[in-house]
Amino acid sequence: MEGGVGIESHLFMDLILDLLPILVKMLVGFFVVLTTTAYLTLAERKFSAYMQDRIGPNRVGPFGLLQPLADGVKFIFKEDVVPNHVHKVFYIAAPALMLVPALLGYVVIPFGDSIELFGRTITLQIADVDIGILYILAIGGLSVYGLFMAGWASNNKYSLLGGLRASAQMVSYELTLGLSVVGALLVYGTANLRQIVLHQTEYWTLFGSIQVPHWGIFLQPLGFVLFLISAFAESNRLPFDLPEAENELVGGYHTEYGSMKFAMFFMGEYTGMITISALTVTFFFGGWHIPWIEHAGLTHNVVAALGVLAFLAKTACFLFLFIWVRWTLPRFRYDQLMSLSWKGVFPAALLNVFGTALCLYVLRRPM
Amino acid sequence: MIVRKPQLSLTQKLYLPEILRGLMITMRHFLRRKSVTYEYPEKAKPVPANFRGLHRLIQRPTGKERCVACELCLTACPANCISMVATDPNDPNVEKFPLRYEIDTLRCIYCGFCEEACPCDAIELTPHYEQASSRREDFVHAKSRLLENNQFVPEGERISRVKTNETYLRV
Ligand code: SF4
Ligand code: SF4
Repeated sequence: MEGGVGIESHLFMDLILDLLPILVKMLVGFFVVLTTTAYLTLAERKFSAYMQDRIGPNRVGPFGLLQPLADGVKFIFKEDVVPNHVHKVFYIAAPALMLVPALLGYVVIPFGDSIELFGRTITLQIADVDIGILYILAIGGLSVYGLFMAGWASNNKYSLLGGLRASAQMVSYELTLGLSVVGALLVYGTANLRQIVLHQTEYWTLFGSIQVPHWGIFLQPLGFVLFLISAFAESNRLPFDLPEAENELVGGYHTEYGSMKFAMFFMGEYTGMITISALTVTFFFGGWHIPWIEHAGLTHNVVAALGVLAFLAKTACFLFLFIWVRWTLPRFRYDQLMSLSWKGVFPAALLNVFGTALCLYVLRRPM
Repeated sequence: MIVRKPQLSLTQKLYLPEILRGLMITMRHFLRRKSVTYEYPEKAKPVPANFRGLHRLIQRPTGKERCVACELCLTACPANCISMVATDPNDPNVEKFPLRYEIDTLRCIYCGFCEEACPCDAIELTPHYEQASSRREDFVHAKSRLLENNQFVPEGERISRVKTNETYLRV
């Protein structure tokens, strides 16, 4: 009898120890992503100010660092107006449909190698899914429902136009986004994001001594450019922010939204940006991999910790790129957007897939 | 009208090199960090010397106003915001002086015509423009307040240097 209880409690402890790291990773991931989202809004405002020779928000806290907090408090305490002419159910569901997929997307992204803790190996990734990239694309595709629903439920011509544009744009660029990674998938031979990063930690040796990491940017330069263009369009950022074109559509799909509901659209957009930046890093810039660190002779855990930092830094670079481009380029016209997608990026992505397949066939053919 | 499309070279048509050039421009500004912002409540933007702000009634050396209640400013004012009551000062040298002199700055358009019309250099628009208040009465400036408004110009410039009839300056 006693032995049975012992085994059961042992199993229980095992279960706890198995679940605990996952829970911690989930909470930390959630916290980090939401905080980054908040501070991304501040970064956006600060950097745009610097690019336009202004100072930017500097009133709340030192250098305006508490601004996101003040914004959050303001959003929460604003009156939550639901206009009379809207379709209530969809109107209220839309912001959630925008935010939830955005928050689901990043769980499959590996943010570091594994660490050894108390004899257990903990992978630094919330969910190690074999079809990671498909998962992200599928979840990302869901966010179009939020945009379109918001535009439709608002019962307002500007919102409707914004919603229409959003759906057309997202559908077109989802296609090119998916197609532009097919080349990379062919090269890596897996859809598991962790395996993809591990694949990129290998080296080519050039001229006898120079080692170049297998990063996706070297394997798929065209794929990278196409992916980046589609990523901008997919996250509704300038120069592709037609769904919310302020100067012609007031606010686009979120014209009728205020207080926290508006904030949710906002957070959805920024979280989507984080996910897509992290995905770009994972696919084309070696994820957590720091080149040549293997020769430094550090222990595995230290390398993993440094890797997490490297991953964050690389992602931050892409977030900066998003902001930088936004404050540089004017918005596309709608027909230009569509012709860029269907006549520019789409054929180029097809060509990329074809070329990659041909190269792989020639290179890997048994001699 | 015939709109001719500009002839683009191949690199311009590809768009990406041009994007990179644009990005370089914003990056230059980003790194230069030369801000044009005036952090206003702490540091006001300097106004030009002829800025037309709040009015003042220029003083005589004795501290009394120079105004002789000729009502030229009142006549010139396009917004009709000056009102005055003239009276006899019981002084053989001075004919008239304003018993009451009021400017309703809520109506004033700060055109400066009053200043131009005045033959005695008795009224002037100071560079002061911070006049916020939540009560309407605060915007109606009576004579005493118009004289107090001399505080908005530097000490040495409060008394007019315009030469006028010595007799009338004695008062
Ligand atoms: S500035 Fe113009 S509007 Fe104002 S009091 Fe003088 S004349 Fe009238
Ligand atoms: S024009 Fe000059 S002197 Fe005449 S009433 Fe006006 S302020 Fe006084």
